[in-house]
Amino acid sequence: MPTYRDEGVVLRTHKLGEADRIVTLLTKGHGKVRAVAKGVRRTSSKFGARLEPFMVADIQFYEGRSLDTIQQAETIASYGADIVDDYPRFTAASVMVETADKVTELEGSPQQYLLLVGALRSLSRQEHPTELTLDSYLLRALSLAGWAPTFDSCARCGEVGPHESFVVQLGGMVCVKCAPPGAPHIVPDVVLLLDALVRGEWDAAEAHTQQNWSKASALVSAYTQWHLERTLRSLEHVAK
Amino acid sequence: MYDGIVQELIDELGRLPGIGPKSAQRIAFHILQTESFDVSRLSSVLVEVREKVKFCEICGNVSEEVTCGICRDPRRDPTFICVVEEAKDVVAIERTREFRGLYHVLGGAISPIDGIGPDDLRIRQLMTRLADGTVMEVIIATDPNLEGEATATYLSRLLKTLEIKVSRLASGLPVGGDLEYADEVTLGRAFEGRRTVS
Ligand SMILES: [Zn+2]
Ligand SMILES: [Zn+2]
Repeated sequence: MPTYRDEGVVLRTHKLGEADRIVTLLTKGHGKVRAVAKGVRRTSSKFGARLEPFMVADIQFYEGRSLDTIQQAETIASYGADIVDDYPRFTAASVMVETADKVTELEGSPQQYLLLVGALRSLSRQEHPTELTLDSYLLRALSLAGWAPTFDSCARCGEVGPHESFVVQLGGMVCVKCAPPGAPHIVPDVVLLLDALVRGEWDAAEAHTQQNWSKASALVSAYTQWHLERTLRSLEHVAK
Repeated sequence: MYDGIVQELIDELGRLPGIGPKSAQRIAFHILQTESFDVSRLSSVLVEVREKVKFCEICGNVSEEVTCGICRDPRRDPTFICVVEEAKDVVAIERTREFRGLYHVLGGAISPIDGIGPDDLRIRQLMTRLADGTVMEVIIATDPNLEGEATATYLSRLLKTLEIKVSRLASGLPVGGDLEYADEVTLGRAFEGRRTVS
């Protein structure tokens, strides 16, 4: 019987048939896996809440032709209850898992897995403000996928900055010569904030004003949408 | 792939929720090969159900009239409203005989990843119903899974602004499942032991 075992975080679930679910997981070593959890919606299910979104579990899979089947699941960490307790946290976590789903479309990596688990853990423990945790996750997930934004030198010609315009389509800050007409100017403080978020320098990021947080959020959203080449459905539901 | 009309039937069946390609194929061949299977009966029921069954204007439950049997029943206590995700949850709760108030069917649960936010559910209609001060307690009976909990969190945050008691079904319900699968005894107990959230 071809089976394998890995740890994974549940990104989303779909109802299947009477009482089953298809569970989409980002695993540490096998990238993204879609697997069937049989009978999981029955209240007598042995899986209980172990295969709900945001759960981290140690899972044994049985390899199938089109879909794998989950044989066993043991909880490693359960962030769902603390996340769902607060509506803005829940919407932020939803954007995180949807982004993780998209950036690992072609190939997952242990780094993407660890980044997501770390972000969900931090969110559930309220270590940092919810919006900053989300923005930092988005910037880092995109960076790991090869779309790191450029802040110091011009994203197009490489001229050393500081520069004033941020152009999503060009990949970050650009110099005066490269900036298309009407490119939005950004105050230097917001650039510093974005840079702190990419690096995970929380003290620096939290010291900024709420107004700068919002400006940074808008840029991060636009940057994320552009690079994922489609709309993140959960992003428009983010609660403030 | 099958030819023409057979494939069309499989495709149509496959569009139904919970039916994968394999099940669609199995049902299609059952219809084709089982002589005793009454095709005209099925097709007329399908047409009829679309024509006759509507959703109650007040609570969103399925109904053959403008308002459903529960909303029209004068013996029901209008000071209690139980909020559920789907009409099938009304059936599950009615089976317990534990609840004598009225219902409000949301039409699903909040699930941002599927693009379903509060505005896509019948939440505004709920707020309208609560406006006249008749209702004393709102019992949130969304599914005991993540989306159900998120919907309950959203609703209790929203209802906090009103002077109405808000409660949530007791956590005796196994977590992760659908409400419709809870047995009567467990579901009944969950009603008795509901906890106040605001
Ligand atoms: Zn340049
Ligand atoms: Zn009704």
